[in-house]
Amino acid sequence: MLRSLWRGVAVAAALAVVAACSEDSPGGSGAAVPGVTDTTIVVGTHQPLTGRAAAGYSKISAATKAYFEYVNSKGGVHGRKIEYKVVDDAYDPAKTQQVVRQLVLQDKVFAILNGLGTPTHSGVLDFLKTNKVPDLFVSSGSALFNQPSKYPDTFGFNVDYVTEAKVLANYVKKTFPGRKVCFFGQNDDFGADALRGVETVLGPVAVSQKYVPTNPNVAPQVGALKAAGCQVNVLATITPFTALTIGTAAKLGYRAQWVGSSVGGDFTGLSALLGKPAGVLLEGYVTSGYLPSPLDDANPWTKLFKDVNAKFNGNATFEVNTLFGMAVGYTFVQALQAAGEDLTRESLISAVEKGGFAGPSLVPMRYGKDDHSGFSGTQISVIRGGKQAFVDTPYVTDTGNGPVEPHPADASVPPADGIPTA
Amino acid sequence: MDSRVIDEARAGGARRASEVSSPRRVNTLLRHLVIAVVVGVVVVCATYQISPFRNYQLATVAAYLCVLPGLIVLTGFNGQISLGHGALMAAGAYPVALSQNLLGGDAWWHLPVSILAGVVVAVLVGAVIGVAAARLHGPYLAGATLAVAVSVPAVATTFDGVFGGDAGLSFALAPAPSSLGAYFPFERWQAWVALLGAGIVMLLLANLVRSRYGRTFRAVRDDEVAAALAGIHVGRARVLAFVVSAAGAGLGGAMFAVLAQSVSPGAYGLTLSLNLVLAVVLGGLGGLRGAVWGAVALVALQPVADAATGWLDLGAAASQRLEGTLPLAVFGLALIVVMTTAPGGLDALVTRILRR
Repeated sequence: MLRSLWRGVAVAAALAVVAACSEDSPGGSGAAVPGVTDTTIVVGTHQPLTGRAAAGYSKISAATKAYFEYVNSKGGVHGRKIEYKVVDDAYDPAKTQQVVRQLVLQDKVFAILNGLGTPTHSGVLDFLKTNKVPDLFVSSGSALFNQPSKYPDTFGFNVDYVTEAKVLANYVKKTFPGRKVCFFGQNDDFGADALRGVETVLGPVAVSQKYVPTNPNVAPQVGALKAAGCQVNVLATITPFTALTIGTAAKLGYRAQWVGSSVGGDFTGLSALLGKPAGVLLEGYVTSGYLPSPLDDANPWTKLFKDVNAKFNGNATFEVNTLFGMAVGYTFVQALQAAGEDLTRESLISAVEKGGFAGPSLVPMRYGKDDHSGFSGTQISVIRGGKQAFVDTPYVTDTGNGPVEPHPADASVPPADGIPTA
Repeated sequence: MDSRVIDEARAGGARRASEVSSPRRVNTLLRHLVIAVVVGVVVVCATYQISPFRNYQLATVAAYLCVLPGLIVLTGFNGQISLGHGALMAAGAYPVALSQNLLGGDAWWHLPVSILAGVVVAVLVGAVIGVAAARLHGPYLAGATLAVAVSVPAVATTFDGVFGGDAGLSFALAPAPSSLGAYFPFERWQAWVALLGAGIVMLLLANLVRSRYGRTFRAVRDDEVAAALAGIHVGRARVLAFVVSAAGAGLGGAMFAVLAQSVSPGAYGLTLSLNLVLAVVLGGLGGLRGAVWGAVALVALQPVADAATGWLDLGAAASQRLEGTLPLAVFGLALIVVMTTAPGGLDALVTRILRR
């Protein structure tokens, strides 16, 4: 019995040692603002660096980090260097819970920036709210992240799904009048919001189909679209499923006009997934965007970010996600500049709520006291002859029944040193 | 599975059997209670010394400690293998989310009721699988439980109206009781809840394996024919072992739900099931203490691997590539090292070092 008792105590002691070897990290005592010192700002994010969403999305945080390093090389913001902690959550909501706690409780970050994904990030909203952590520029177009009264510290970044769907539907209405329009979307709020936007402009669609991301067989749904004689199909699909849908339609000998959301409309990603026949299959594909094209070397923003990419990101392939990551970094630096030298969590939030950010985007951002959603519209792009190019001008609209209105193309140029001022 | 591990497990079982019959024995329940209280007091004291994040990690260890002892009873003591315990955890987790949302989750009794619901559902699911599994052996059993591990999370995506699809369900959880003070960290409260669950599981199972049922389990594992000749109902013993371990898995799953305040099919996938089996092999199948090492290993894995990538400093491109795969590689490497140097797992290794 004695030996067993001793063993029990030994196990307990081992546990206590494991537990005790890690006391509260110091540093938090003196500084009033977590993650901010006179020389540094520590910011964190959760990204799918591995797993099913990693293809493409894993490039975003690397690009943001590269832009921060560029800013740091020029002295940082108000003399503070930005330290960007990127943790992998593999697009698994349970893992997001864990890594965000690590960032907030252990690493004591000042803010969470650009946490990626609706299912992943929606799980940590309450935790971030309780801990009063600024939750800026969530990488999602879900309306969940635009609830200023419920989550005062959370701001979305992407154009919201309703707004974008309204712009796409407006294009369909003008360009393909009288055609039979159908809808195919993801079975979550991405699909539901997009369908709502489409039906606001076009009225009820002829056929609406859904898919679950864990089942990579869309033949039944595409077959239903074909059987119903759909001529224009609006897609609310993530990139792998856009490719899957178009590929499956080709296998079934089904030709239609495809119109896809920017979430699954990245030309580079689609081409890689579809392989050799991509050129034929993607001809005429309509999608939209709110940032300049990464292929447009004439655009001064693209040129700036390409330079940063070459110098600070190991000259990685420059694509939509790289540009997106840079835009996130630029917008965050702009917010930090606006928050002023005396940086607190409150001053950052009120700076973002003041809005008026001018950056690389084609359309204005919406940030205000009562609106925490990101971009206010998109510009249509069409793939022709293996090239994706913008057409017409950008359009802006709201998430309700408001009209879809053209927004004059913006000729803004980045500041000479590539760093925003307050 | 490596036959040496089984041998070691058997040796452990035999050792324990001789202990039980030794004349020094006092009341088993009393002895275990004393150990549980001592360990409990030490650990609860520890929760006051550590940061909220460490408390969260401790809570995760405790949640694993609800599952792993049951798996050791099933595999080490009864000789059945299950690759489907992650799915049983899901069966314990979803009822927590559903009942918390149904009840509102703000009164103190909502949480115990939800957790109990989770355990009951997991026991029912476990009983069904157990009855089917009782007729299967070795690879057939592994295959059947593997099918469970793959198919149960898919139920959530198919009936997305109820289970919330791939995004899962999130739910409200009442804060720590106000009697503990207004600034009582929520993570410490979570750690207490999970530790209480782990304590109950360890206490009950420690008694079970030393009881008549424990001897029955081991008899069935060692020789089914001999056990049947001795009057043991082999099928019943196997089903019972499966149900007991399913209850533990259900409780563990419920604890995971409480920790994350959300459930989603991705959290209970095949990887989890495989990690559980790896953890008990790593920890040691010979006794319940192996579960402690296994649980600590599962939680410590990611930070250790992260630290390893930090030391290596491979440059941006290489570390980006390694980011997700390195923890798995570290786990695999640890498993190989432990299996070759200490086939009885970390527990046997530690015991050997302590005896010296």
